[in-house]
Amino acid sequence: MPASDLAVHRSTIHESAARHVTGTAPYIDDLPELPGTLHIAFGLAQRAHARIVAMDLSAVRDFPGVVLVLTGADMPPDVDISPVHAHDEPILATDVVEFHGHPIFAVAAATRDAARRAARLAKVTYEDMDAHIDIEAARPKGRTVVTPMTLNRGDAPAALSTAPHVIAGRCAVGGQEHFYLESQIAMAIPGEGGEIKVLSSTQHPTEIQHMVAEALGVALHLVTVEMRRMGGGFGGKETSGNVFACIAALVARKTGRPAKFRPDRDDDMIVTGKRHDFVIDYRVGFDDDGMVLGIEGTFAARCGWSADLSGPITDRALFHADNAYYYPAARFVSLPLKTNTVSNCAFRGFGGPQGVVLAERVMDEIAYALGLDPLEVRLRNLYGTDTRNVTPYHQTVEDNVAPRLMTELADKADYAARKARIREANAKSPVIRRGIALTPVKFGISFTATQYNQAGALVHVYTDGSIMLNHGGTEMGQGLHVKVGQVVAAEFGLDIGAVRITATDTSKVPNTSATAASSGSDLNGMAAQAAARQIRERLTAFAAERWQVAADSVKFENGTVTVGGETLSFADFVKRAYNARVQLSASGFYKTPKIHWDRAAGRGRPFYYYAYGAACAEVAVDTLTGEYRVLRVDILHDVGKSLNPAIDIGQIEGGFVQGMGWLTTEELWWDGQGRLRTHAPSTYKIPACGDRPLHFEVALLENQANVEETIHRSKAVGEPPFMLAFSVLHAMSDAIASVADYRLCPRLDAPATPERVLNTIEALRARAK
Amino acid sequence: MAARNCLKFLLGHEARTLDAVDPTATVLDYLRLEERRTGTKEGCAEGDCGACTVVVARPSPEGGLRYQAVNACIQPLGTLDGAQLITVEDLAAADGTLHPVQQAMVDCHGSQCGFCTPGFVMSLFAMTKEGFPPETDDQAIDEILAGNLCRCTGYAPIARAAHGLAAMEITDGFDARREETQAALAAMDDGADVSLTEDETRWFHAPASADGLAELMLQYPDATIVAGATDVGLWLTKHLMRPDPLIWLGRARDLATIEETTTDITIGAGVTYSDALAHLSWTWPDFGAVVRRIGSTQIRNAGTIGGNVANGSPIGDTPPMLIALGARLHLRQGRIRRVIPIEDFFIDYGKQDRAPGEFVEAVTIPRPAPGQIFKAYKLSKRFDQDISAVMGAFSLFVDEGRIVTARVAFGGMAGTPKRSPSAEAALTGHTLEKSAFETAMRALAIDFKPLTDMRASAAYRLKAAQNMLMRVFIEVTDEDAATRLWDKRGIDDAGL
Ligand SMILES: Cc1cc2nc3c(=O)[nH]c(=O)nc-3n(C[C@H](O)[C@H](O)[C@H](O)COP(=O)(O)OP(=O)(O)OC[C@H]3O[C@@H](n4cnc5c(N)ncnc54)[C@H](O)[C@@H]3O)c2cc1C
Ligand code: FES
Ligand code: FES
Repeated sequence: MPASDLAVHRSTIHESAARHVTGTAPYIDDLPELPGTLHIAFGLAQRAHARIVAMDLSAVRDFPGVVLVLTGADMPPDVDISPVHAHDEPILATDVVEFHGHPIFAVAAATRDAARRAARLAKVTYEDMDAHIDIEAARPKGRTVVTPMTLNRGDAPAALSTAPHVIAGRCAVGGQEHFYLESQIAMAIPGEGGEIKVLSSTQHPTEIQHMVAEALGVALHLVTVEMRRMGGGFGGKETSGNVFACIAALVARKTGRPAKFRPDRDDDMIVTGKRHDFVIDYRVGFDDDGMVLGIEGTFAARCGWSADLSGPITDRALFHADNAYYYPAARFVSLPLKTNTVSNCAFRGFGGPQGVVLAERVMDEIAYALGLDPLEVRLRNLYGTDTRNVTPYHQTVEDNVAPRLMTELADKADYAARKARIREANAKSPVIRRGIALTPVKFGISFTATQYNQAGALVHVYTDGSIMLNHGGTEMGQGLHVKVGQVVAAEFGLDIGAVRITATDTSKVPNTSATAASSGSDLNGMAAQAAARQIRERLTAFAAERWQVAADSVKFENGTVTVGGETLSFADFVKRAYNARVQLSASGFYKTPKIHWDRAAGRGRPFYYYAYGAACAEVAVDTLTGEYRVLRVDILHDVGKSLNPAIDIGQIEGGFVQGMGWLTTEELWWDGQGRLRTHAPSTYKIPACGDRPLHFEVALLENQANVEETIHRSKAVGEPPFMLAFSVLHAMSDAIASVADYRLCPRLDAPATPERVLNTIEALRARAK
Repeated sequence: MAARNCLKFLLGHEARTLDAVDPTATVLDYLRLEERRTGTKEGCAEGDCGACTVVVARPSPEGGLRYQAVNACIQPLGTLDGAQLITVEDLAAADGTLHPVQQAMVDCHGSQCGFCTPGFVMSLFAMTKEGFPPETDDQAIDEILAGNLCRCTGYAPIARAAHGLAAMEITDGFDARREETQAALAAMDDGADVSLTEDETRWFHAPASADGLAELMLQYPDATIVAGATDVGLWLTKHLMRPDPLIWLGRARDLATIEETTTDITIGAGVTYSDALAHLSWTWPDFGAVVRRIGSTQIRNAGTIGGNVANGSPIGDTPPMLIALGARLHLRQGRIRRVIPIEDFFIDYGKQDRAPGEFVEAVTIPRPAPGQIFKAYKLSKRFDQDISAVMGAFSLFVDEGRIVTARVAFGGMAGTPKRSPSAEAALTGHTLEKSAFETAMRALAIDFKPLTDMRASAAYRLKAAQNMLMRVFIEVTDEDAATRLWDKRGIDDAGL
């Protein structure tokens, strides 16, 4: 029973594209409001760490239009919205505020304008406590939000003590604001008998359902969460939506009125978590050929005031401290520090990119120490195929394509010749210096919490041949729905137009996982395929019996069904099946095979497979001010057998530019009082159109089916391309190195703002003296 | 003539007359809350993301209509008077056929999450109406789209769509109804002063002339003047201020004039950056290059140099350049006019030489004199659409290889935009030699003790300002050296 390949492996446009461009794709704030809808705003703490001595909210309550004010005291006792059930995250702060901007009350009013104005009228008296804002302030105290993890393979201390060369160093990398264009939003609508419906811009409807049920003290079956589309997520809507949904639900419950909570951009950026910044201390030992012999690293992370997902995120930093390189002996330790800042959370790559920082820094260190080309050092240290293929967490790499990717790309991008030309030009250029670098990515695919690697889907075939598809994944722009739709269409030999995907809904497909970890199409595609296959099998069995033919002669192709020499339209065929009382609806389920993980032992197979990529970047740096420009980027990326090349290329381009922003202009800046001062696009600078590489060429690795049995042998693509942006950081490094004749490793930290670039240039000049 | 108390504009092709207008309501809130046109999005409410981009069409002085993209989130509703407001809902044909701009975005996979998309569509739509630049290269596209942030696509597919559109001949429904639209707008153009209010407590006045403005300012000496609202708009949306009354000068056509003489250019307070740009670029290329980086196309379509000066900000981009060039500021109170050197306007942080009831009428910029060299450098974290960390402007009069006069001014280095007397002294009288510039670089430390904030540290500000002097030196002495990142020299072998 071969499935038709017509619908998959082709560049079908995003299912909402035509609605996006006409403004007719509604986001939650665009939906008509029910009469009486209340609007909510937060009151935020004005101290980084303090006891609340007194809180006078009378002016807030008296403001015209205000209907309800909620404080921590109004929260049901013992409610905790920690996504990992750490019991460290009350909905509103009560006695103690733990970061500047900590929500201390919520005000609901007839208009959003009234709620925002009222929220600013609180009079709060604080008694300050010691505040630890950044990693260095928190380190001496050593308070962690979760138990640190250690990865240990081989004997790293011994390897370091005998290595011919050892370098010790420190690298730092900043955090990152998600800056989804649509801010957080939740709308709660009370129903009968204690029911509540919540519309939430979330990557994880099931978690919203759990949190709302917990906040209201009701069973899960009373809470329905619906999510049609997000205006971007990037991990920032995996857990951060909980507080908005819970407050909206509580307001709806207490007032009996619909309640909508859309924070303004400043509040959104102040109240919700970000990518963790890290300081990594390392020692690496290597031989005369530049081969790593042993490596140690301590990964200190600013986690913020609560655990959130900091545990698995800092774990993933360690999982990716190898990037694509083999370390014969490695010992990595995480240090997830508690700080008095917003609680950091998931962000594309989930800690992985911060791990890669170390791997790529170390490759540069070795190259400069030995006078080798950094690309040569990178190539030499790549994982092998049959040997040198075990990771620091004892998983064997079975699908390594990094060597092929890097050599093909080096060729295609003409790396060596361009590098020579750049060096020549630099020697004659007093101000503008160029640099080039080629870096790899290897990214592990699966949730490291094994239980999340499951998914469900629901497929209905109607009697006119049209199909309704629903699955547990959420659409945030990544094109998940069109991909899963293609999978289902392919099962029935139909055009994608026959399949309609409806809003993710906890009452249709229950107990779903977050759409995260790049897993969306891997998991939901398989679940949807399973559902579609059940129906197709029933249809086939019906046909075989009705026409008295062998099952494998029944063909679903081009919108038709061919059976026993007869060709019917799919609709006609389905109608007959209906009349014969064939069940035309099915739910599908999938769980990822092979994976297991023992965190305490630091051992297992956390990842089903790896996705790979490589990028070559060329930049120009202004050595007077540290400004820079990305001139050219060539990318070669492995997505297995792509379900939809256009969507995949979109993820690669977008992920790359977002990664570039993280490593360059995106800087989170806290002042002496622990106030985040970069809480709007006026001060927090994500890449603009002009920051994209002048010449930007993305290609997919050809003829590379996933060795594992994934959906149509494709590979996940959401997160891996983010790390292609290291090519930019290291190209800048290469340009900077020119000021000291390429003798010293520039040790450029991120974000490499113009200021940090200039400082690195100055430091390098000083070291060269 | 009695003031008109209603707001008149076209929403798409429908006439709107609003009798009750909240003076501080924004176009965006009006669209989303009143009209329930929710295609236009709010991403930031501060003019930075472009999700709210709409197009405003007005009769052009040269005849025909002029279509400009603006940020609906920071435009007070009253500024729509006499205009056609076009939103993303207006573009597709009645039968649902997509506008070529929309079709190009679909074809190029230009939307992912789609939240930024209506804004991009509107920015590109404005370009198709105004005409793309003759050779639309990537830099031109960056300039058109600098005010539209997209977090998903990395811009590549959108730039591809823009390239495609630039190469197309496009006529659309707006062309078909051009005459009808022009007639409708002409009918609204009554030359009346406009005064709007919702409940007679707070007011939005839009005088039709500079005289009218002068009179109103005498009547309300502490009124808040609104020019492009690219600063004032943020007071409303982010600081929730309700300044009263607001007096918008956008209807005073006599303030929107540019006068050129053989010696100087006088730019009226109502002239937008977009309108001033060509004149400035032609006269002072570096001035133009900086203006091209002020905000975005949307911001420049609304914002004015007058507002940039009047707000007294230490980090505005034009004041250092105006100071270095010795510009003069025209102030007016009632019938009394005075002209002052622009540097004297900036007294202290938050304090300007402007009396209650007084307003900026124009700024006069001298044209280049023989032997004059002018350089200006804007330094920001991000190249496009970012506020400067340091803005340096340098005017040198060189005679027979010797610097006769030097005017060195900086923004971002003190509480006001300010000259550096020590650096100027170090340069004056010297030949164009490195040592003179190095002395001037050290001298900056005497005149400036900059601040540390989220844009830059004090040390970096000083260092970068000093290095700007070095850049001046290199540029005036070594013609072959590539000194600017956007200079194509030196990068032409990158295989681009
Ligand atoms: C997204 C964004 C990006 C920006 N980027 C830049 C940038 O790159 N560089 C930069 O310098 N600025 C930037 N700005 C700030 C702003 O655009 C400029 O300062 C602009 O010049 C203000 O002009 P306006 O006409 O919009 O002024 P308005 O906002 O209308 O007014 C500004 C101030 O001047 C007063 N005023 C205006 N006109 C007069 C007058 N004729 N007489 C007396 N007082 C008057 C107003 O009362 C108010 O106090 C940016 C702003 C935004 C929102
Ligand atoms: S909403 Fe961001 S620019 Fe207007
Ligand atoms: S498509 Fe999501 S922000 Fe542009």
